[in-house]
Amino acid sequence: MKRYSFLELAKNAFSAHQNWGRQWRAPEPKAEYDVVIVGAGGHGLGTAYYLAKEHGIKNIAVIEKGWLGGGNTGRNTTIIRSNYLWEESAALYNHAVKLWDGLSDELNYNVMYSARGVMMLAHTVHDIQVFKRHVHANRLAGVQNEWLTPEEAKEYCPPLNISKDIRYPVVGAALQRVGGTARHDAVAWGYARAADDLGVDIIQNCAVTGIRRAADGSVEGVETAKGFIKAKKVGVVAAGHTSVLMEMAGIRMPLESNPLQALVSEPVKPAFPCVVMSNTIHAYISQSDKGELVIGAGTDQFVSYSQTGGIHITTHTIDAICELFPMFRRMRMLRNWGGIVDVTPDRSPIIAKTPVPGLFVNCGWGTGGFKATPGSAHVFAHTIAKDEPHPIAAPFSLERFRTGRLIDEAAAAAVAH
Amino acid sequence: MSQPFRTHSGGRIDRNKQLTFQFDGEELTGVEGDTLASALLANGRHLVGRSFKYHRPRGILTAGSEEPNALVGIYRKGDQTPNLRATQVELYDGLKAISQNRFPSLDFDVGAVNDLLSPLFPAGFYYKTFMWPRAFWDRVYEPIIRAAAGLGKPPINPDHDTYGNLYAHCDVLVIGSGPAGLAAALAAAETGARVILCDEQSEFGGSLLSESDATIDGKSATEWVEDSIRSLSAKDNVTLLPRTTAFGYFAQNFVSLAERVTEHMADPDPALPRERLWQVRAKEVVIAAGAIERPMVFPENDRPGIMLADAGRTYLNRYGVKVGDNVLVATACDTAWQAAFDLADRGVDIAAIADMREKPSEALLSVAHARGIRVETGCVITGTQGRKRVSGALLGRVTSGGVTSAGEVTCDALLMSGGWTPTVSLYSQSRGKVVWDDTLGTFVPGAPVQNERSAGACAGVYGLSATLEAGYNAGEQAAKAATGKTAKLARAEANGADAGNGGILGALPHDRNASKVKAFVDYQNDVTAKDVKLAVREGMHSIEHIKRYTTTGMATDQGRLSNLNALQIASTSLGKPLTDVGLTTFRQPYTPTTFGVFANVSRGDFFDPVRRTPSHDWVVENDGVFEDVGQWKRTWYFPINGEDMHAAVARECETVRKSVGLFDASTLGKIEVVGPDAAEFLERMYTNPWKKLGVGRCRYGLLLNEAGFIIDDGVIGRLAEDRFHVTTTTGGAAHVFATMEDYLQTEWPDLNVWITSTTEQYAVCAVQGPKAREVIAPFVEGIDLSPDAFPHMSVATGTFCGVPCRLMRISFTGELGFEVNIPRRHGKMVWETLAKEIEKHDGTVYGTETMHVLRAEKGYIIVGQETDGTVTPHDVGMSWAIGKNKFDFVGKRGLQRPDLVAEGRKQLVGLLTKDPKVVLEEGAQVTKLANPPAGTSAEGHVTSSYHSSVLGRSIALAMVKGGRDLMGKTLHVPMPSGAIEVEVTDTIFVDKEGGRVNG
Amino acid sequence: MLLIYCPYCEVERPELEFRCGGEAHIARPTDPSTQSDEQWADFLYMRTNTKGIYAERWRHIHGCGRFFNALRETVGDKFLKVYKTGEPKPDLDAIAKEASR
Repeated sequence: MKRYSFLELAKNAFSAHQNWGRQWRAPEPKAEYDVVIVGAGGHGLGTAYYLAKEHGIKNIAVIEKGWLGGGNTGRNTTIIRSNYLWEESAALYNHAVKLWDGLSDELNYNVMYSARGVMMLAHTVHDIQVFKRHVHANRLAGVQNEWLTPEEAKEYCPPLNISKDIRYPVVGAALQRVGGTARHDAVAWGYARAADDLGVDIIQNCAVTGIRRAADGSVEGVETAKGFIKAKKVGVVAAGHTSVLMEMAGIRMPLESNPLQALVSEPVKPAFPCVVMSNTIHAYISQSDKGELVIGAGTDQFVSYSQTGGIHITTHTIDAICELFPMFRRMRMLRNWGGIVDVTPDRSPIIAKTPVPGLFVNCGWGTGGFKATPGSAHVFAHTIAKDEPHPIAAPFSLERFRTGRLIDEAAAAAVAH
Repeated sequence: MSQPFRTHSGGRIDRNKQLTFQFDGEELTGVEGDTLASALLANGRHLVGRSFKYHRPRGILTAGSEEPNALVGIYRKGDQTPNLRATQVELYDGLKAISQNRFPSLDFDVGAVNDLLSPLFPAGFYYKTFMWPRAFWDRVYEPIIRAAAGLGKPPINPDHDTYGNLYAHCDVLVIGSGPAGLAAALAAAETGARVILCDEQSEFGGSLLSESDATIDGKSATEWVEDSIRSLSAKDNVTLLPRTTAFGYFAQNFVSLAERVTEHMADPDPALPRERLWQVRAKEVVIAAGAIERPMVFPENDRPGIMLADAGRTYLNRYGVKVGDNVLVATACDTAWQAAFDLADRGVDIAAIADMREKPSEALLSVAHARGIRVETGCVITGTQGRKRVSGALLGRVTSGGVTSAGEVTCDALLMSGGWTPTVSLYSQSRGKVVWDDTLGTFVPGAPVQNERSAGACAGVYGLSATLEAGYNAGEQAAKAATGKTAKLARAEANGADAGNGGILGALPHDRNASKVKAFVDYQNDVTAKDVKLAVREGMHSIEHIKRYTTTGMATDQGRLSNLNALQIASTSLGKPLTDVGLTTFRQPYTPTTFGVFANVSRGDFFDPVRRTPSHDWVVENDGVFEDVGQWKRTWYFPINGEDMHAAVARECETVRKSVGLFDASTLGKIEVVGPDAAEFLERMYTNPWKKLGVGRCRYGLLLNEAGFIIDDGVIGRLAEDRFHVTTTTGGAAHVFATMEDYLQTEWPDLNVWITSTTEQYAVCAVQGPKAREVIAPFVEGIDLSPDAFPHMSVATGTFCGVPCRLMRISFTGELGFEVNIPRRHGKMVWETLAKEIEKHDGTVYGTETMHVLRAEKGYIIVGQETDGTVTPHDVGMSWAIGKNKFDFVGKRGLQRPDLVAEGRKQLVGLLTKDPKVVLEEGAQVTKLANPPAGTSAEGHVTSSYHSSVLGRSIALAMVKGGRDLMGKTLHVPMPSGAIEVEVTDTIFVDKEGGRVNG
Repeated sequence: MLLIYCPYCEVERPELEFRCGGEAHIARPTDPSTQSDEQWADFLYMRTNTKGIYAERWRHIHGCGRFFNALRETVGDKFLKVYKTGEPKPDLDAIAKEASR
């Protein structure tokens, strides 16, 4: 692999960029692999990369129905943070944040991890209680998170409306300074290039149509659009399509796939310095390096694989954005799109072995999988390689739905009284 | 008239109405009917903007909403709107526009240095560099990139304008009012169907407004448009919406439109909204969105003065503006020739027509010949000159061996046409799959997926006659499908504006050094043919990868101009058929749509409904402070004489314990459960036993989900054998009611039970404290209040202040307490009566904060504060609330799961700080060590914490692992300023014996 | 914004009037105490989550308040059938065949 650098760029400028090599190959599948990963999103490609790099497994294929990075990896609002409540979650996402910090270097691909800070707004007394609990729990867990007054929040994010006269005034905020954003496509591409360099075959436009099991019940390989591919181990990393794939192995999943929408505005000069989230009024916003305001909307209430959603979902989010940032009413929506998110009952992912020997699954990231990409891939690779959950992944088992040991991030924000 | 490029006659403008406007501070004039673009061109201004990446000078490329270059900022009464297309901005007197993405000025832009450095900035360069040193990305590189990127300046002040919202239903929605759309609307309207016709432009007519010599029914095209619109507007069943863009096509024929209401007015009525959202549910949709012309991808095809041929024709015929004095026309199709002829007929010199094709039609050649126009065939443009305005072009002859130079031509404008691209955006949004049409060389709509039909140029049907016919047919069919009705409309006969042939995709051949020249594919994002090829070389084989890597098609036109050219270049580079490379998806919105259109009336109190209790006005008058709880405004505390919250709450608490307090509990959810099986139903829903609860008695109820975790609680009173008054938490009311309905309707339809939400039916005044009985007694009739007749946990009906009431003797304070439920309409009266009455007893009104303190002093939990969806009844010490002999209840099985019965679960305990003055922070963590190392697991967390003025010290509740076995033990609450020592206690701090409720 | 037919009101109304109630035909066991932990987890959490024709529950919450079932194709979000609570689950294969015609 030719390393990327400014010098290399300058050198290539003299040859009119005619000599850049391929970032990844387009190989035909081999008859057999040690590990087949189904799904070439960031999590799947990353898994292949860490399997090859850290576990010495070289005979790996990543099989993708469409084009690599074309699912939720390329459709999300790229928010990165780790200030989750439960220590299991905080450990997982913080593992990711640490990897994010060196990822460009690790992959020799600028993934543009930008630690511009993620601010979560509190609007009610209950919000304050919940966020302070997060702040305290995070501090104990060694996860950075701090409490801001409305004035401090405004100082950190000048466009914020902290007037007392709005419907749900801002009463404070939790700020994670190491939180931020990254360039989503670059994450997929960077992992793809690095994995390919380690010999991983990335096979695109090749749908998996079946998971074949041996007489003893263990996994034997996958049926694909390009024929049967034998595999000692199979890892399914297919987000919204996980239920469909696991069904092929006869496994029911605790998942529902919902459309999740996002949108961007037309690009403008710098207007928004950080990431702001409000769970109470459903607003998620940052500004991309290109200048677009990047806004996350909600999910539709029903199961759908359509990659589109209703206008009322988008509208609800823009309502909230305009309430918090009234100057943005004159901005214009450039593009609105949808992804399919796989949601678990406790809103925490599943990174686990399955009842089928040799079959592993990494799913259930819901609306927040991008932020975990390197961490998820790293611990999933370990889980596959060792046939034993990585300690960070261990709590995120399928088993928890039987025992009741849920990691309920949604309930943690429950409102009552 | 100082508009040197304005023609003397013709067009849809009023030369007698001169308008003054500013561009970058310079005062210019235009006329009524102009767009900003046509007015600038009339003044000879082509340079209007700078490109995104290389800051190259750019001019006006199109005459429509797909314009990639001429983006301007408009300033108006303190509001600033970036990125508006000059081609869409209608001119009004006093309009102020500025150019964008340049510093310090449009003429001299320092960013243009990027153009010189462009060899360093190929597609995706930023993925390959800026990685060293590591800390520099956030701090140095990214801020520089961010400042350089972006187009216009963002609005900085809150928007003054308002926006509207309308829902509409119709039989047939026609999108686009060119010949196909107009014919469709006429045909559909004739049947009596309810028709909505919308068009993004200010005037109906579409391409007909740019026609020169075509006729329909013997009339000029524009006369026919006027007549048609007149006849449509006379019909009651037709709604005409100009300046209205259909921007989103959703499931089940739900189409969203954005109407620009005041933007074109110099002095709009302030009562009017700036824009308006139409949410239309159409039985049938006719898409008549037309087609747009494709740019040709030749070196330096981006200089100001280079424009699409049809745009040049539109400026001439519709706006009376000549795009130059000496115009070169480069084309690969017939239609551009007409632009040359129209210009020539208006006295513009045509430098040449350079047609790529070896043999254009004889008919065209003879017309050109008749006008004395130089024609070059088999000829492409291989380069252009002129930095801020095109001044000449290089011609090349296409031969079998490549391209050879064919000399230079001087010109001051260059019109080009690579052929036409049907606008399939909305069809694509409707989830239809486009198909490749080999004859036309473009994608056209495939089978309809929704109740929709595409008609005219957007379906690849060209030529006026055929387009009209397609429109009539579509309108008739749509009306019939929607209403079953038909009507035969006499069809207009058209002459002229015949379909042209030809068209080209991809980069044109040239004889220049390919590595040195730039031939733009996506103008706004500065994507060149080279960039697309580089992406392919680097392994980006999917069109989506190419798009994302090069950013082609990601600009504000969503690739309407560029997609096909990019696709062809990719296809050639890959050596794969174009259809195998794929097509990117068109997404909503069709054109960029103002956030205000979506948010429209949602602002302030309209953002989310405000729910107020009957005491609200009284509280406002008496300076109470509110908190938001869900949609409710609840009184938080009542400061008097300048008290702060701490002082007010201390006083309120002490007063309630000493004498009496009045609290508005109206927000609590209330559900009436009625029927012969009512007790059985509650037996199944709640953990507690209900069957033996006596009439007139109340019981605390605990509600779990099937997983076994607490989700709600409340007191339930039995009013009759078959009637219960159920209360819920404020936040849980809707969910509990929905859950009950769910079980009743879908799991236990055999139960004879009806449930009704009565939250809004009752106002609830809680009177709590030793003097509570004395306070309410004067107003109660029909209920014996004596402790024996009406003990703690009783309920009875009677009257209160003469109005019907349900009186409950219950307590969330640990004091003698009553809750007075009266019809909501009497709530204000009762509240005010009681507020006056408690004064006589040295009582106080109190808010939610005092309520919280008082209940915490008693160790009563609040669902959502002590619990967080992971807490069982056993965890909070409420095993007593679980009916021991019940066959089943919601959550019973869940409660038996391994982790819910495991050792070491967190349990509710009290915490007392060693220093009584220190009040713990809610949410603070509890640890064994005073200074736990980072990464230590917490033993638990503080759920509630207050200063108890009654006890003269702080108190707290906490969930702590194995907490009930730790009584008397010391734990720590680590804080940034150091750990706080706490002692574990039971959860009741006041009146441990619980005698006071029996007062 | 889906358009949904309520089989009780016998009208089509916008989605805003309805609340989706998740997968249909998951009956609560009549005697949960006989259920193993696995079975209970199945009942609580495991869902078919079909890509294709899916039987799901809807409630006309801002209308008649009744629950009913619907078959919806989850790729195009088209409703193929609505039916009242208590009616048997239709033959999905037959419906699929009919829909593909």
